[in-house]
Amino acid sequence: MTLNMGPQHPSTHGVLRVVLELDGETVLRAKPIIGYLHTGMEKQAEYKTYTQSIPQTDRMDYLSPMSNNLALCLAAERLLGIEAPPRAQAIRVLMTELTRISAHCVWLGTHALDIGAMTVFFLSWREREKVLSLYDHIAGARLTASFVRVGGLARDLPEGFLDRCQKFVDELPGHVDEYEKLLTKNPIWLGRTQGVALLTREDAIALGATGPTLRAAGVNWDLRKAQPYCGYETYEFDVPLGTKGDAYDRYTVRLQEIRQANRIARQAIQRLREMGEKGEYRLRDYKYVLPPKEEVKHSMEALIHHFKIVAHGFFPPVGESYAAVEAPKGELGFYFVSDGSPRPWRMKVRSPSFVNLQNLPTMIQGRLVADVITAIGSLDIVLGEIDR
Amino acid sequence: MPLTTERVEERLRERFPDASVRRQTGEAVRDHTVYVPADRIAEIATFLRDDPELDFAMLSFVTAVDLLPRSPRFEVVYSLLSLSNNLRFTLKVVLNDENPRVPTVTGVWPTANWHEREAYDFFGIEFTGHPDLTRILLPDNWVGWPLRKDSPLGYQEVAFTHNTPNRVPPSPSLTKLKPKKVKYRAQ
Repeated sequence: MTLNMGPQHPSTHGVLRVVLELDGETVLRAKPIIGYLHTGMEKQAEYKTYTQSIPQTDRMDYLSPMSNNLALCLAAERLLGIEAPPRAQAIRVLMTELTRISAHCVWLGTHALDIGAMTVFFLSWREREKVLSLYDHIAGARLTASFVRVGGLARDLPEGFLDRCQKFVDELPGHVDEYEKLLTKNPIWLGRTQGVALLTREDAIALGATGPTLRAAGVNWDLRKAQPYCGYETYEFDVPLGTKGDAYDRYTVRLQEIRQANRIARQAIQRLREMGEKGEYRLRDYKYVLPPKEEVKHSMEALIHHFKIVAHGFFPPVGESYAAVEAPKGELGFYFVSDGSPRPWRMKVRSPSFVNLQNLPTMIQGRLVADVITAIGSLDIVLGEIDR
Repeated sequence: MPLTTERVEERLRERFPDASVRRQTGEAVRDHTVYVPADRIAEIATFLRDDPELDFAMLSFVTAVDLLPRSPRFEVVYSLLSLSNNLRFTLKVVLNDENPRVPTVTGVWPTANWHEREAYDFFGIEFTGHPDLTRILLPDNWVGWPLRKDSPLGYQEVAFTHNTPNRVPPSPSLTKLKPKKVKYRAQ
């Protein structure tokens, strides 16, 4: 029997369609069909300046907009050969780790809901809501943050922001304990996830899986450790690993990652407190970066630079660059080809969900239909990023 | 001593002395990139993956670039990642204009499957030997290759064009209507 699962199915996390070939309840073959959310972002980017593409990236993985912004900006900065000032990097680290917490909270809630555990959903979305409210405070938007800029950030920390973050990171470990109390030793949860949706180490590497999906299979690979960016090498944190590569391992890895992200965020807050209330949040290289608004009001040169960057964009050298970040879902990279004009000649997005979803047929072959839902949930996909 | 990208290039030249291995030069080419012959890509990929020193077990992504005024215009980019050496290395092949085709690397890295389908979908590049070379993001009945540079960005026809400068002229049935002529007779 051939069964069409999706594209309108609550547990496919968006508009994913999976064609399942079944023998009774056993899956013989599965084929994911994607593209229902395709908006041609790569084509559109060729008609926009680098900065104009930043709001587009918010809409890719809409659960972790800051990580997407950061990946684009790092690739552009690498092309230009510039680096953001230390304060901006600390704020970037703080915001992307908060993003990781919020993205994992959404994953935990929806994944548990798919398998039938409803309470976790209400609890984990409470923490997500707090992160969104922090987003609102710093960027002025809850979902589409567009906060990171090439060479720094859109603005400095608002007043009272660090205190709110501090309160959040202090409370979070207790909340993670609550989730653990509900799931980690819950027999139904164990039955639904242990030994289900197995992905071996070899398969995960061959199929290009990254992020928690790869680490749950026991591969110690985290871009924050291996190829650090934004000064991650100066933060203390561990990389949680799984052993078997089943859905339960992916659950424990992500839950540990929330704790580690909290640990990094705490260090970043400490660092920002030492740096003082206000500081350099953007590079003062006005060939590429907008001058501060105050300066534009007084200095003619600043006004000219402001006008040039707003009207044309910046002119990168001819060449190409690829930069990747460890987004909540895995390796998110941007590949730019530049012809020297203010618009990229080609922008390629290497999105983690797109590559991780390729693992799905391997994970569910020969398993039951009910396990398909566990597998999709444990992969943590966002269709906006897959279809772009 | 940790492996360097220069060493990878050297090993490639040693192993394939008859193939042209050319490093991409440029003002701002940030990753070490080498051009290799398109017809030998599968062989080269297998070597890079299986050699114990190089160990490029992971393929990060495959994509294509259209450099239109230039001929040959298409390039396919392979970004490789070695987990054990913590090293990235980029391969490129150049394809001709009329018939862009290159052997698939899905046999070497299964992850290439969807990446190559995407490059086919966007640029119409044929990956020979690919197990399932069909459109992936666009609908199956789509005509054309949208990310080629000669393909327009496209737009949707708008319903109302009243204020646009070159607006659509009113329909012929409306222009045919003329006011009735009224004759005024002199008394």
